[in-house]
Amino acid sequence: MSELEGKKLDLSQDLSDLEFLRLTKFQGFIYKLIHFFKGIPNGIKKLFIALGKLIGRALTAVKNEFADIFTTFVNGDFKTKLSYLVMGFGSIARGQILRGILFLLFEVVFVVYMITAGFHWLGKFRTLGDTGSSMQYDPILDTYVRVAGDDSFKILLYGLLTIIFIICFVYTWRLNVKQNKIAEEILKSGKKLKSGKDDLQSLVDDEFHKTLLALPLTGIMVFTVFPIIFMIFVAFTNYDGAHDGYANLFTWVGLNNFNSLFNINTGTDNMSVAFGEILSWTLMWAFFATFTNYFLGMFVAIMINKKGIKFKKMWRGILVLTSAVPQFVSLLYISKMFATNGLVNGLLLDWGIIDNISQYIRFWETKNLARIMVIIINIWIGIPYLMLIATGILMNIPADLYESAAIDGANTFQQYTKITLPYMLFVTGPYLLTSFIGNINNFNVIFLLTGGGPKNPALLTSAGSAGDTDLLITWLFNITTGAESKYYMASVIGIMIFAVIASLSLIVYNLIPSTRNEEDYS
Amino acid sequence: MSEKKHMGMKAKTRLSNTIIYIILTVMSIVWLFPFFCIVCESFRVESTHQVGYVLPKQWGFDNYINLFTKTDFPVWFKNTFLIALFVAVIQTVIVLCMSYTLSRLRFKSRKGLMNVMLILGMFPGFLSMIVLYKVLNGMGLTGPNSIPGLILVYVGSSGMGYYVSKGYFDTIPRSLDEAARVDGANRLQVLTKVMLPLCKPIVIYTILTAFMGPWGDFMFAKYIAHASSAGMTVAVGLQSMIGTPSALTANYTMFCAGGVVVAVPITILFMSLQKYYVEGVTGGAVKG
Repeated sequence: MSELEGKKLDLSQDLSDLEFLRLTKFQGFIYKLIHFFKGIPNGIKKLFIALGKLIGRALTAVKNEFADIFTTFVNGDFKTKLSYLVMGFGSIARGQILRGILFLLFEVVFVVYMITAGFHWLGKFRTLGDTGSSMQYDPILDTYVRVAGDDSFKILLYGLLTIIFIICFVYTWRLNVKQNKIAEEILKSGKKLKSGKDDLQSLVDDEFHKTLLALPLTGIMVFTVFPIIFMIFVAFTNYDGAHDGYANLFTWVGLNNFNSLFNINTGTDNMSVAFGEILSWTLMWAFFATFTNYFLGMFVAIMINKKGIKFKKMWRGILVLTSAVPQFVSLLYISKMFATNGLVNGLLLDWGIIDNISQYIRFWETKNLARIMVIIINIWIGIPYLMLIATGILMNIPADLYESAAIDGANTFQQYTKITLPYMLFVTGPYLLTSFIGNINNFNVIFLLTGGGPKNPALLTSAGSAGDTDLLITWLFNITTGAESKYYMASVIGIMIFAVIASLSLIVYNLIPSTRNEEDYS
Repeated sequence: MSEKKHMGMKAKTRLSNTIIYIILTVMSIVWLFPFFCIVCESFRVESTHQVGYVLPKQWGFDNYINLFTKTDFPVWFKNTFLIALFVAVIQTVIVLCMSYTLSRLRFKSRKGLMNVMLILGMFPGFLSMIVLYKVLNGMGLTGPNSIPGLILVYVGSSGMGYYVSKGYFDTIPRSLDEAARVDGANRLQVLTKVMLPLCKPIVIYTILTAFMGPWGDFMFAKYIAHASSAGMTVAVGLQSMIGTPSALTANYTMFCAGGVVVAVPITILFMSLQKYYVEGVTGGAVKG
């Protein structure tokens, strides 16, 4: 017996490649896992070093920008110099009328906006308003009327918009300076500048991406990016139903909301208990919902695609029917089917499986049963989609792989574990992650089936009640739409959902190095 | 000897096939059972509440007649149809622009843009609704007027859902674009004359999913249109119809009828375009 084999391997130590190859698959996985967690402190250190370098690089970049702005001014002709004050002057003077007019127009709009409104909103941004609306006696009407004061919501909204506008202006101004420099260089080398017609022409050719992305990106900016920025700011205010900004102002509260989520300095509220409980169920749910669907869907696809099975189209069609019917119809109906006095209990009674009404199964009224039920019904919802995906992939597996395996004597099960499963996992790795994230935010299934219930008194918080099947997203929905409308708590939870998903994605991408390359398929 | 083994193999295959047929049949029954039940219950005349049997004792169209004459269902249906129509057109244009650009064109900020999208996608979509609702409310686009409001909300961020169709575009050889470019086509012509005809399945897939989205969405519609029956979609309307225990007793069979009225046209549309849906899912979803 050689020395190497006699030594018992300690998985927590670093192993050489040779030693690692001798491990069984399971040991190999454990080894990777241990070393992933052992690597975290080192990883954090690396992260900070990388951050430091990033800041350093950013500072140099800023320094270079300023240096460039300065030298352009010093070396430039009067057209360039005047452009520092009147944007687009250089472009117009050099014959690039279209560009110049756009620059100039932007500057005029910016200046007018800042004078008429911008400075007003910015001035109030720090306090979010000081004089609320009040009731004052109106001698003509002989009654009390509400006199409008500040509106915190508007101040926050327009304040943020103004800040974004200023950033855009600075960026455009810098672009304007750069344009001048480039134009001077082109003219110096004796070439001709692009005309407005050339600019327009390039929008369907070399710059085609700008044309195509204009509409989608505007939409994303207005409907996603800006609202997210706004809501992140809301997490640091006390904006809720009672402080709606108009009747009662809201204001900055610093980190108070995050403190109350983690129960720092907040006596009796059990926010952190509720958050912990709901978070752990959310993760549990996402895990089961993703993997039950994945494996069962694959199993069904394999069954339907097996050689010799007839009516393949019919089987597929029956399953796909569930994807065709709008989810709220099927989910709401199934929810009522399994209600305590619903169809299923009636049928059980009818068939003699239960004897009387007192034995009705309370599907939605106990914690564990309700949780199992939503996972089972989610299988019903999810299998067809997974079946379609798996079918597509299975057809791509070269048939000769199976033939040669069969000749070598591999049985069906071995073929599955050695060929089908590795191939599937390889191709669908990233899909699994997206589907896991999708399930964390799976509002429809939970809300339409159980409404989050059964209600759990242990989860009652200052932001409203919650139930045993509530996910973070349905909790967020209830907090937002509930009587108290604790918008600030909703934002905090939204940020926490982001944090959970971001860290999960980071871990997964580190554990399974993505082997996919976009260009592989083209 | 070998003959015998062969026979054994055959018997084994037959056995495993039989088991598979049994499993598939049981599955089909389980999958179809709720639909069978909802159709039967929608024709029940003798009572309106939940009962413990499937086949009605007395069949009739009462629930359907009541649905169209005594509730706002026709309004909800019209609202949803209008929204779905607009969303299907606008969202398809947006998604195709986005996915085509990210798949076929190479420009400086492409990778960065995709990473930003990935990070934005990690925020729950509902979060942005709080501020969007306030703003739309200020513009008078909620409650009874929520149709334009909901269209805006649905199409607004639809550029972020480019993954499936980008995956599909990625599978088409780039040499095709290059050949067209060499022949003197500009990028717009490459898109309209070369790519779109090749990508019929993904175009139809995108239209289909965009059209079906508003019929199935509950979260956004509920928040925007909760206050007024005139602005509701079918999902919100039918849910409000059975929202309380007493309403459930009174309207349960009518809800079933509503479910059937919504599901039948959508299902027919879906099943007739199923081929493209399957091609889109298998071609784009995994590779995206």
